[in-house]
Amino acid sequence: MKRRTFTSLVAGLSLGASLLGTSAMAQDNMRIALVVKALGIGFFEAAAEGAEEAATELGNVEIIYTGPTDTTAEGQIEVINSLIAQGVDAIAISANDPDALVPALKRAMQRGITVISWDSGVAEDGRQMHLNPSSNALIGNMIIKLAADHLPDGGEVAVLSASATATNQNIWIEEMNKVMGNYPGINVVSTVYGDDLADKSYREAQGLMQSHPDLDAIIAPTSVGIVAAAQAVADAGKAGEINVTGLGLPSEMAGAIESGASKSFAIWNPIDLGYSATMIAHALATEAATAEPGSEIPMGRMGSVTLDDTNASAMADPFVYDASNIDQFKSIF
Amino acid sequence: MTDRTRVIPDRLQSPLERHLKSWESLLILVAVAVFVANSFASPYFLNAWNLSDATFNFTEKAMIAFAMALLIISGEIDLSVASIIALASTAMGAAVQFGVDTPGLVLIGLGVGLICGAFNGFLVTVMGLPSIVVTIGTMSLFRGISYIVLGDQAYRGYPSDFAFFGQGYVFWVISFEFVLFAILALIHAILLHKTNFGRAVYAIGNNPTGALFSGIRVARVKFILFLLTGLMSGIAAICLTSRLGSTRPSIAFGWELEIVTMVVLGGVSILGGSGSIVGVVIAAFVMGLVTFGLGLLNVPGIVMSIVIGALLISVIALPRLWQKWRG
Repeated sequence: MKRRTFTSLVAGLSLGASLLGTSAMAQDNMRIALVVKALGIGFFEAAAEGAEEAATELGNVEIIYTGPTDTTAEGQIEVINSLIAQGVDAIAISANDPDALVPALKRAMQRGITVISWDSGVAEDGRQMHLNPSSNALIGNMIIKLAADHLPDGGEVAVLSASATATNQNIWIEEMNKVMGNYPGINVVSTVYGDDLADKSYREAQGLMQSHPDLDAIIAPTSVGIVAAAQAVADAGKAGEINVTGLGLPSEMAGAIESGASKSFAIWNPIDLGYSATMIAHALATEAATAEPGSEIPMGRMGSVTLDDTNASAMADPFVYDASNIDQFKSIF
Repeated sequence: MTDRTRVIPDRLQSPLERHLKSWESLLILVAVAVFVANSFASPYFLNAWNLSDATFNFTEKAMIAFAMALLIISGEIDLSVASIIALASTAMGAAVQFGVDTPGLVLIGLGVGLICGAFNGFLVTVMGLPSIVVTIGTMSLFRGISYIVLGDQAYRGYPSDFAFFGQGYVFWVISFEFVLFAILALIHAILLHKTNFGRAVYAIGNNPTGALFSGIRVARVKFILFLLTGLMSGIAAICLTSRLGSTRPSIAFGWELEIVTMVVLGGVSILGGSGSIVGVVIAAFVMGLVTFGLGLLNVPGIVMSIVIGALLISVIALPRLWQKWRG
């Protein structure tokens, strides 16, 4: 009893302490913590921007954007412990380790905190749901669509992949082949492998141009390959003639967009990702939605997601970057 | 010729006065100040469960810091401790894949710690190499082995009773780790302050040649200290692995500097020869309370590092300045 009196006394006094800059006293607000792999990474800063956007839209939501200094699981556990101590309403985390965070996040859930993972997931029993930026099927469709959009009369395209054994790229190319029927007139004439090495990818792209003089587009579903291919096309003086597209980072592709070697490319949008994660965390914390296989969770302007058997879901198609928005994103990631 | 005079005290300092002026009292003041400041700054600080959670921020590091304190007092250092954790944890994870049970895992964790410590000790005491060079080397070596074994993979599937070491509670909010921390603190304090061995450690740190000619087996004492540091790293590896429930080669990355910081903040001279376990215990609390308190205010980690750095420098500089100012 004595201790409790002391606690309430301190709680009263700490009203004054809120002058020190803590906003934790605003108890009416729902507090959603956006925990990232490490602070100071452009991608995550952009995600935090999206989370703030969602908070403004929802009203009465305070975003706590936090994370460790290094991308370590131990650092994230310390962050999670302090969030549990503050009794936040929800934690949305991009994990440094799918397994090591499970005990800490389980404890958070036991104390009534909504826990979701996004971007980089947590093992199933450490979160209520996981939000993937996109899905393999959506990516496979997007990379061929990017090429086809600029070839209304059909044409020859080639694929420049990472290594022949790269799991991600192989799945995406497989998914792409499944939907080829939706893009009549588009022929994939060759698939080559640059092993995610800049110089090898560059030579493979040169080889493609020589062996297929009528080539219209190169699809590179790898951030290394797409930059190298765009460079090879620009160096060969074929910018505007051959369109290099696929998956790339805006910061690395800005030059290719400017030179015309690439008309557009795609990658997930971190702003949308942070926005959606916040919307989902809010929906689950207010019990407006439940996290169970098959349930549908609304996420504001991004529509809604449906959870699969492992309570995971895919946010949307990869976001398309072209001359109209590259300047906005190239400084972000 | 100078006109500086030396005042010869006409009486010894009373024990009370000596205690009040000690490093440890200064640290306790800092700890209390941090505690009070935290209580005012965050309404969530004064909560038994939250304080219990906060202890996990330092218990594992402190276990190693006790042994490290002895090692530094003897004039040596071990920068490979965090890498020993990684290697011991990797060995335990590999053993799990062969169905080894919890007692077996504990033995493996302790064993790997001892072997790593013995390897460091051998290179320093038998080969006569400087410990800072040796342990910078083994720091890369031990963690390198973990990276070769695991790559970007992880070991998981630890038996459920293994979770007790890092997640279990002995009584109410008192965690197993905290009890272990207290017991190990006591053992190290007795070893350093109440035994011949401890006296030898101080002697070696102050004057290794003198110690040798006084009949102290300098090399053997140092070898034992490296073994002890390895063993403590093994114990910390068991606790941390149990708490995380999985092993990756990046486990405990960067801990060696935090542990050395804890030891130095605890008043152990980095040049060897002086320091106490009580100081290290208080320093562990100070560091734990500061990081937890700042965490409650959602202060970014990089600012926490700055605060810890500033704390270290000011706590070390202030007494010197005070002495200078008083002449």
